[in-house]
Amino acid sequence: MEKIVICTVCPIGCNITVREENDELVITGNQCKRGLTYATNEYLHPVRILTTTVKVHGGDQVLVPVRSAEPLPKELLFSAMDLIRDLTVDAPIHRGDVLINNILDTGIDIVATGEIKC
Amino acid sequence: MQRITCDVLVIGAGPAGLAASIAAKQEGAEKVLIVERDESIGGILQQCIHPGFGLSYFKEELTGPEYYARFADKTLELGVEVLLNTMVLDITDEDVVCISAKDGLSIIKAGSIVLAMGCRERTRHQLTIPGSRPSGVFTAGTAQRLMNRENAMIGRRVVILGSGDIGMIMARRMTLEGAKVIAVVELNDYLAGLTRNKVQCLDDFEIPLLMKHTITDIKGRKRIESVTVCEVDANNIPIPETAVEYPCDTLLLSVGLIPENELTHKAEIDISPITNGPVVNQYMQTSREDVFACGNVVHVNDLVDNVSLESERAGQYAAKYALGKLKKREDVIQAQPGRNVRYICPQQIVNAEDGGEINLYFRVAGPEEKVRILVKTGDKVIVQKKALRVNPGEMEHMRFDAREITSPDLTVEVMKEAI
Repeated sequence: MEKIVICTVCPIGCNITVREENDELVITGNQCKRGLTYATNEYLHPVRILTTTVKVHGGDQVLVPVRSAEPLPKELLFSAMDLIRDLTVDAPIHRGDVLINNILDTGIDIVATGEIKC
Repeated sequence: MQRITCDVLVIGAGPAGLAASIAAKQEGAEKVLIVERDESIGGILQQCIHPGFGLSYFKEELTGPEYYARFADKTLELGVEVLLNTMVLDITDEDVVCISAKDGLSIIKAGSIVLAMGCRERTRHQLTIPGSRPSGVFTAGTAQRLMNRENAMIGRRVVILGSGDIGMIMARRMTLEGAKVIAVVELNDYLAGLTRNKVQCLDDFEIPLLMKHTITDIKGRKRIESVTVCEVDANNIPIPETAVEYPCDTLLLSVGLIPENELTHKAEIDISPITNGPVVNQYMQTSREDVFACGNVVHVNDLVDNVSLESERAGQYAAKYALGKLKKREDVIQAQPGRNVRYICPQQIVNAEDGGEINLYFRVAGPEEKVRILVKTGDKVIVQKKALRVNPGEMEHMRFDAREITSPDLTVEVMKEAI
């Protein structure tokens, strides 16, 4: 299998080719070591920080912005959204508060990135 | 009517105003006041819930609310004062007039002023797309505010015109919330926003990006029902035979930002016709010596990290001016855009012989590969670097010491690298 990865580590944006040959990854087109790591991770296990909002009850705002504390496996983004969408939390909320613990057994929390007063 | 006196007055509490106010305090200005028309501080970052901020400034990846919170905390700690729900009406030669529902008119006398009003979006009216005038046509930033702050799901089948960053970010946001983004349509043959956003917002969700295409018709009575998309020729003229009608209930426009300079115009401060922002020197000082400017009101940035750095400079020198510590400007050198450079900011360098770091930000006019970027004065090359790729959507910068400017001219040019 072969995959072309556009590197997003820096603005150069190398088109890196990742190919599997005899159980080994052959990576070409990168111009630095960071690109090598990025392309390897993108090929083996792409992850993304998920950001969205959670409904708030009794706050000065109706939504609180949230993020996954760490990047989540890319294939879990929509399942995570389904869980987050059904959640309503009570004000007050402080930045860094854990709103969902260990989402989808990933070991990663969904945390508030904003402050909501009552 | 109330009268207020301060050392440094900052207009706008977005990322630019927050960074400027902190730097002004740290430079020794005693009373620093921010006037903000919104009900809370943070500016546009309040609705930019996505990550990607702070990679260069903090060396970690933050969301918009996390990024501005770090500056907001600092303003609080340093005792920067903020007037919320207050709009500046006029900057006169003597003072600044503002108004709020609570206090009525306020007249502010300031030692120096920092303009940090940011920018606003270009709208459908500035593009003159033919068609009817149904609801469901939003600028991407308005859609972002409605979804991220006001809990409104604005549509289910979406077409996005323009490959600006906010448009691509909204493509991802709406997809995650269950909408179908049919396509992002871009007139040019290059991306308007950052490559990173194309990868993580479009490619990740298999959203088609139609380059060299535009929207030629909007149909719908009450709500938008469809858009017609055409390929364009080499002169960006739509080719009628290529027309395809896409049914949709929402059209987002991500077609550029305009620095918000009504106050600057009224104060008769020089404005660059290219950036649509005030002309500034390396201190971020405008043509009026007590008025400084920073952030998107000067030129539209791609990264808030750059805005923070530039605004710190504005705040620092505004404080110096207010404290009587800024030398009179002499020997103004104009920074000239050379080959394939659209604009440079700052546009002027003053008192070059005094030295100090110069950070020239600039945008190229067109995309190019394998180039060399040169900063020149007279026959001398001050600094140069190679770049594999340059793109109008990604701002470049060059750094050197002002003392290197040995002739009364300064040029930035992008040259094709000889192979």
